[in-house]
Amino acid sequence: MQMTLKLFASLAPFMPEGAKDNAVQIEVDEGTTINQVFDRYQVPHKMAHLVLINGIYIAPADRATRALVEGDAVAAWPPVAGG
Amino acid sequence: MAWAGKILRVNLTEGTCKSEPLNMEWANAYLGQRGLATKYLTEEIDPKVDPLSPENKMIMTTGPLTGTCASTAGRYSVVTKGALTGAIACSNSGGFFGNEMKNAGWDQIIFEGKSPKPVYLFIENDKAELLDASAHWGTSVWDTEEAIKHNHGDPQIRVASIGISGEKGVKYACVVNDMHRAAGRSGVGTVMGSKNLKAVAIRGTKGVSVKDPKRFVQATNDAKKVLAENAVTGEGLPAMGTQVLMNVINEVGALPTRNHRDSQFEGANDIGAEAMLKERESDGKPNLVTNAACFGCTIACGRISEIDRTHFSVAERPEYQIISGGLEYEAAWALGAATGINDIEALTFANFICNEQGLDPISFGATVGAAMEMFEDGVLTTKETGGIELTFGNAKALCDIAELTGRGEGFGAEIGLGSKLLCEKYGRPELSMTVKGQEFPAYDGRGIQGMGLTYATSNRGACHLRSYTVASEILGIPEKTDPLESDGKAGLVRAFQDATAVVDSSGMCVFTTFAWTLEDFAPQIDAACEGEWTVERLLEIGERIWNLERQFNLAAGFTGKDDNLPARLMKDAAKTGPAEGKTSGLDTMLPEYYEIRGWTPEGVPSNETLSRLGV
Repeated sequence: MQMTLKLFASLAPFMPEGAKDNAVQIEVDEGTTINQVFDRYQVPHKMAHLVLINGIYIAPADRATRALVEGDAVAAWPPVAGG
Repeated sequence: MAWAGKILRVNLTEGTCKSEPLNMEWANAYLGQRGLATKYLTEEIDPKVDPLSPENKMIMTTGPLTGTCASTAGRYSVVTKGALTGAIACSNSGGFFGNEMKNAGWDQIIFEGKSPKPVYLFIENDKAELLDASAHWGTSVWDTEEAIKHNHGDPQIRVASIGISGEKGVKYACVVNDMHRAAGRSGVGTVMGSKNLKAVAIRGTKGVSVKDPKRFVQATNDAKKVLAENAVTGEGLPAMGTQVLMNVINEVGALPTRNHRDSQFEGANDIGAEAMLKERESDGKPNLVTNAACFGCTIACGRISEIDRTHFSVAERPEYQIISGGLEYEAAWALGAATGINDIEALTFANFICNEQGLDPISFGATVGAAMEMFEDGVLTTKETGGIELTFGNAKALCDIAELTGRGEGFGAEIGLGSKLLCEKYGRPELSMTVKGQEFPAYDGRGIQGMGLTYATSNRGACHLRSYTVASEILGIPEKTDPLESDGKAGLVRAFQDATAVVDSSGMCVFTTFAWTLEDFAPQIDAACEGEWTVERLLEIGERIWNLERQFNLAAGFTGKDDNLPARLMKDAAKTGPAEGKTSGLDTMLPEYYEIRGWTPEGVPSNETLSRLGV
């Protein structure tokens, strides 16, 4: 199935080739979890501090179990802040 | 100790400068800076006074730790009755000016009256005098600062000044120090301009003493270690700056776009931190040159930028082919998403103009956004705008209108009214995205519910820095809460408000709170200041300050009815993103907030609350 992976700030270098504007469409198996997507692109779990699916926050404890569905957009950042 | 113990009272009408002792009873009750200056202002002016009359006063104020070796301890604030809002105004700035003022031996400078001619205040330690500024009147912040340093033959003088916008009465003029750091909000620079005060220039070499130097060095070193080891303050902010939030807030569906018509911007990735790092096709260089730190700061979140020299805004303007203060998140949002413009070079140019002429980029950009909506609705035409096609997304129009507003000329003078007065003038008050006359910053109260309550209850008008619940609701600092949920936000907002009032009164920067709690502030303040300074005492001071500010506003004529949000946020649901279908839950949050505050259902602090706090 198709999903979108978005990696920002210091996670951007982990993006695969073909990414544009910090986003890339990827093909994953049904039932793939967030952590499995991160593993595929060698994104250190510890660096993925803020993780959203379709803009909704996913707590660290749920990232190993939350199964992605067709069309999901996963976005991740290292620890960041602003104001 | 820590406090210099001295106030400089400058009577601009009479042209006098007099020293007087700091009221230590008030310092013990309000700490310094924001709290202490608000106490002085409240005692010395009628809250109903016209902000631009000689009867209004303007106070430049440092905190007890300003000028010490504590991290970020270079802050000062400008406290007055705001020109934009008519409410209490307190605008905080970094850079190096605050440190210089404190090292010259002054806790506060109180300006009263109005000078018959343009002047600037020159301070060299204990010596203070008003000097003729007629040669600087009509010049920019940048020219004024350079000329004053040159005239005194001392490049180490620190200068805070207003640009032409402040002279011309633009309602949201700033006081700018060190070329691009600003006491930015609520029109404090407009008040300064109304007094014919062009600048304050200071050289201070006296040092700042503290109660227990050995313990103070230990406490500040411990606190610096916390900042260095925290991933946000130690790595995230110096590398990416506040601009990293652009994509975060867009993804969560809370990036106000095109005057809050939308809450996600398709051009967000073109104007955020990642875009500032991208190598340009024209010269192979990124917009961002380096990060930068204010006095004593061990975070260094500031952005320093250079505009693409082939860009239309500067191609024929070598004076802007420079390296200067770049886009921070709030400015990039207001100049970009709020106007639907995704040209980062144009935003950087407009930001340079805001710094050069002393405009608050938040209020300026948000007002342009409101004007663009009126232009697209046909309320404004090129007849009113002087030929400018003020459509959403028009980068050239933004650059042109920034220059006009900076000089208070043409349609820029109308943009200089601010969103509220402009929209009222053209019969569309509902299009003004303001609270108490001040424009919203960069978070949509529908997608981040706590920020809706934050804006509605902010004492200086809509402001994110009075209770930055984004830290909790989006970033999980100190703990994660659900941004779409309004339950529990009243307590969260109140806690942020009180803690922030303490930080704003200390001389240190609120950005430390991404790593520090009051448990980290208390040992530093306790080692520096006479007396015992516990977390409990600091929290009580924060609450006291908040209630004092509230009392000022109530006496000025505001009521609970002004703790409101525009209908667009209360009735029009967000169209996309996680907040799709949601409006602000202010109606349920506000009564709970009043109750938690110990205020009546009408939003008036009860006698019991005031008595408990000694307000």
